[in-house]
Amino acid sequence: MNDWQPSTNLAMLQTRAKLFTALRHFFSQRQITEVDVPILGRSTVTDANIESISAVAFGDSVYLQTSPEYFMKRLLAAGSGDIYCLGKAFRDAEAGRRHNPEFTMLEWYRCDWDEHQLMGEVGELISQLYAAANALGLGRESPPLAIHKTSYTDCFEQVMGVNPHVAPLSDLQQLAVACSSDSWANESRANCLDLLFSQQVEPQLPKGLVLVYDYPACQSALAQVAINGDGHNVSRRFEAFLNGMELANGYFELRDPTEQQRRFDQDLKHRVEASRPAMPVDNKLLAALEQGLPSCAGVALGVDRLLMQLQGVDSITEVMPFSWERC
Amino acid sequence: MANYSTNEFRSGLKVMLDGDPCSILENEFVKPGKGQAFSRVKLRNLKTGRVLDKTFKSGESLEGADVMDMDMQYLYNDGDFWCFMEPESFEQHQATESAVGDALQWLSEQDICVVTLYNGSPLSVVPPNHVELEIAETDPGLRGDTAQGGSKPARLVTGATVKVPLFLDQGDVVKVDTRTGEYQGRVK
Repeated sequence: MNDWQPSTNLAMLQTRAKLFTALRHFFSQRQITEVDVPILGRSTVTDANIESISAVAFGDSVYLQTSPEYFMKRLLAAGSGDIYCLGKAFRDAEAGRRHNPEFTMLEWYRCDWDEHQLMGEVGELISQLYAAANALGLGRESPPLAIHKTSYTDCFEQVMGVNPHVAPLSDLQQLAVACSSDSWANESRANCLDLLFSQQVEPQLPKGLVLVYDYPACQSALAQVAINGDGHNVSRRFEAFLNGMELANGYFELRDPTEQQRRFDQDLKHRVEASRPAMPVDNKLLAALEQGLPSCAGVALGVDRLLMQLQGVDSITEVMPFSWERC
Repeated sequence: MANYSTNEFRSGLKVMLDGDPCSILENEFVKPGKGQAFSRVKLRNLKTGRVLDKTFKSGESLEGADVMDMDMQYLYNDGDFWCFMEPESFEQHQATESAVGDALQWLSEQDICVVTLYNGSPLSVVPPNHVELEIAETDPGLRGDTAQGGSKPARLVTGATVKVPLFLDQGDVVKVDTRTGEYQGRVK
């Protein structure tokens, strides 16, 4: 039985430690404060597609946080200014080549910035790490990282031939059926778009860092909604893909407590429809929004996946001290 | 048969898809951070041999297929069917030409084959990895020409044609790898 051994080698552990140092250096140079918010909370996210892991403390249900977002927003509302968190996040039932139920997340917030400014900073962070990979001991010297910026509309339309914001649901369902099976014929707009984007569009994204912005309004999560140049409702959300792998997700953050409450309610409705447990709504986050969240943009980035790309390895288990199978 | 959910999909699991039995080759978990989780599955249709890619929503399920691999001895061909026997129970199974498929060109009586049974009937036949067969027909051998690397086609008594070295003749027995159809050596 070799189960006691780590799932990675010692050289990778050294590199992982160097990456943490490089990330902290990047933020400290920019006067962004590190915060270590709780991992265990009395409430959790309501997202239709994210499952929290629960535990029991003092006889009550508590939850391992799926991201530090709510705690960080409470700090922002309390006047923290720019902050980042480098820590663990947990999501139930996610395990695979790019997923582990416990993973390392880097999340940061910039006050008075919008999502485009923050996309620029994501690009700076990743290209600095690539440029200095050799010096920092993170990987081979590599050519400068190519950075592309595209709207969701453009990259979707280019591959699928339809506009993701206005195409009738039946057209999207037909495309989903064609790319998988008949069981997609009655799926929701958001699910069809997820399938088509991850199966058809992602593999066509260029090498390097691709920043995709203006997500469909039905996939807003905690981003503000706006009207794009074509007059369509879009969400002010972006994602970063590194060599075709989803790496980061960011928002121009929603600040309106009434709209936040409405999205919680909508999430819970979707969860009940999908026979998933309804999660307790985080009233402390709502109270913080009532108090006032400063205008800000925030992004969460998968650190294990970043290390996979820097090191050119194919499986997340190769960059973690102990993957889920060995826990 | 039991139903299997996407999180139980493993390489080798036999399931029904669109009315045909399939074997799962690979199952990859895919999930956009905020989105619906999928399973991207590679399956082999056991009737046609074709490999398919399908994407399922996490939690979807497929019915298990009543498919079993069994070692059986090939007995004889009666003109319509190829007859195989389970060595322990002596139970016999009739396989159609389409089930025997490409195995046909390698089969000699008494060979032990892997027969895949679907709902109790032979669905496909895999011949032994290595067979020893007599050459039925080939160009005359060039005696002494053993050093050069040349080869020539030879038809074996079971019907397969393989490339053999130039010095071999009709009546010689050769060992062949049925997975690649390659000549492995001469059997003295």
